[in-house]
Amino acid sequence: MPAEGHSFAEVVDLDREGPDPPYDYPDYVGTRLRAPKEPLVIIPTTLSELTGPAYGESAIGELDADLTRQHEGQPLGERIVVSGRVLGSDGRALRRQLVEIWQANAAGRYHHAVDTHDAPIDPNFTGAGRCLTDDDGWYRFTTVKPGAYPWGNHPNAWRPNHIHFSLFGRAFTDRLVTQMYFPGDPLFEHDPIFNSIRDEKARERLISRFDLGLTMPDWALGFRWDIVLGGRAATPIEEPHDD
Amino acid sequence: MTEIPGLTPSQTVGPYLAIGLTRDLITPRLVDPADPRAIRLHGTLLDGAGEPVPDGMVEIWQANAAGRYAHAADDRAELPLEDGFLGFGRSGTVDGGHFEFVTVKPGCVPWPGGGLQAPHLEVSVFARGLLKHAVTRVYFPDEAEANAADPVLATLGEEARATLVAVAEDGGLRFDIRLQGPGHTTFFAV
Repeated sequence: MPAEGHSFAEVVDLDREGPDPPYDYPDYVGTRLRAPKEPLVIIPTTLSELTGPAYGESAIGELDADLTRQHEGQPLGERIVVSGRVLGSDGRALRRQLVEIWQANAAGRYHHAVDTHDAPIDPNFTGAGRCLTDDDGWYRFTTVKPGAYPWGNHPNAWRPNHIHFSLFGRAFTDRLVTQMYFPGDPLFEHDPIFNSIRDEKARERLISRFDLGLTMPDWALGFRWDIVLGGRAATPIEEPHDD
Repeated sequence: MTEIPGLTPSQTVGPYLAIGLTRDLITPRLVDPADPRAIRLHGTLLDGAGEPVPDGMVEIWQANAAGRYAHAADDRAELPLEDGFLGFGRSGTVDGGHFEFVTVKPGCVPWPGGGLQAPHLEVSVFARGLLKHAVTRVYFPDEAEANAADPVLATLGEEARATLVAVAEDGGLRFDIRLQGPGHTTFFAV
């Protein structure tokens, strides 16, 4: 029972409109015992929410952004470049931002003890990457296209090919962990995680597009995916800039 | 609440977040444990059946001991920044749902329009089954006076307020997070 008649406190319907999925989405079985069920408490945005980390000065190695060169040999699979811009909700580039990714290998198997899918582990692929955005907000990874894999959500359930992304933005309220998908995946209509986002346009914003301009001739295909960050309290904060 | 078009929606971290997120770069250690101010903040992430969540992650964000955030939006130059203290940490929950941080108690930070908030940490909870991370706050049990005057705590009922105050235990602070069910943690919309 959060609100008790004070002036600013409100509670928000968990089913509120917005691009994010609701917590409570029973088709995704994992939500049933984990989704918060009670209304969220709305509080005014304070300095605690208007600030946050960006890790823009992190010592990121060159190989951190190239998942195909982190081992002795080359991983199996279809080599791809994934690149795009990270923007604030005001359309401005978010520069010097840490972008972290993780993914399954080309066979659809994660390098993780909990993943027991009967598909081969690739000794030349860990599936973890990170980079910093440049001054125009661009990130860029070289990797292999992750495979689809079965999961126990319902009979014959398969996840569409996806790469997990983690981003910080300019404030605590910008924090985002999400998944990037690939165009034309036949598994979209069967995937409750993808379909937990009710707005079709918002769902489509998670799908990268093939970009011939990003391909590396005779080496890798290219996919473009832009990311826009901003929470409910996305008050623009001036970043130091040169102009 | 105006919807801004074009925002990228959230998706769950899934069960394999440890591959990408709890490696070497961002750790649960915000200060050296030998720091005389260091406190151990720990707890268990629990689901609606009271079972530990062993594939989740907890992040904290906080001001330094003087109450200053290491961020451009906190321009109160009269308060010191501390070299090497960013105020952010991450802990996985692979150890039976248990998470643990070493940090310092932050100072008070301002409330919009005047006054102060009691010392607190912002907390983000991620897990398989959470389509969007859940946000809560940790307050400190030895700050009864500041907590009583805190504008966020003041809006909450007794039971909801109690879920946000850590418990002093064995020289550390314990803060369990219950995602749903009896005694569930109070979560905020951000």
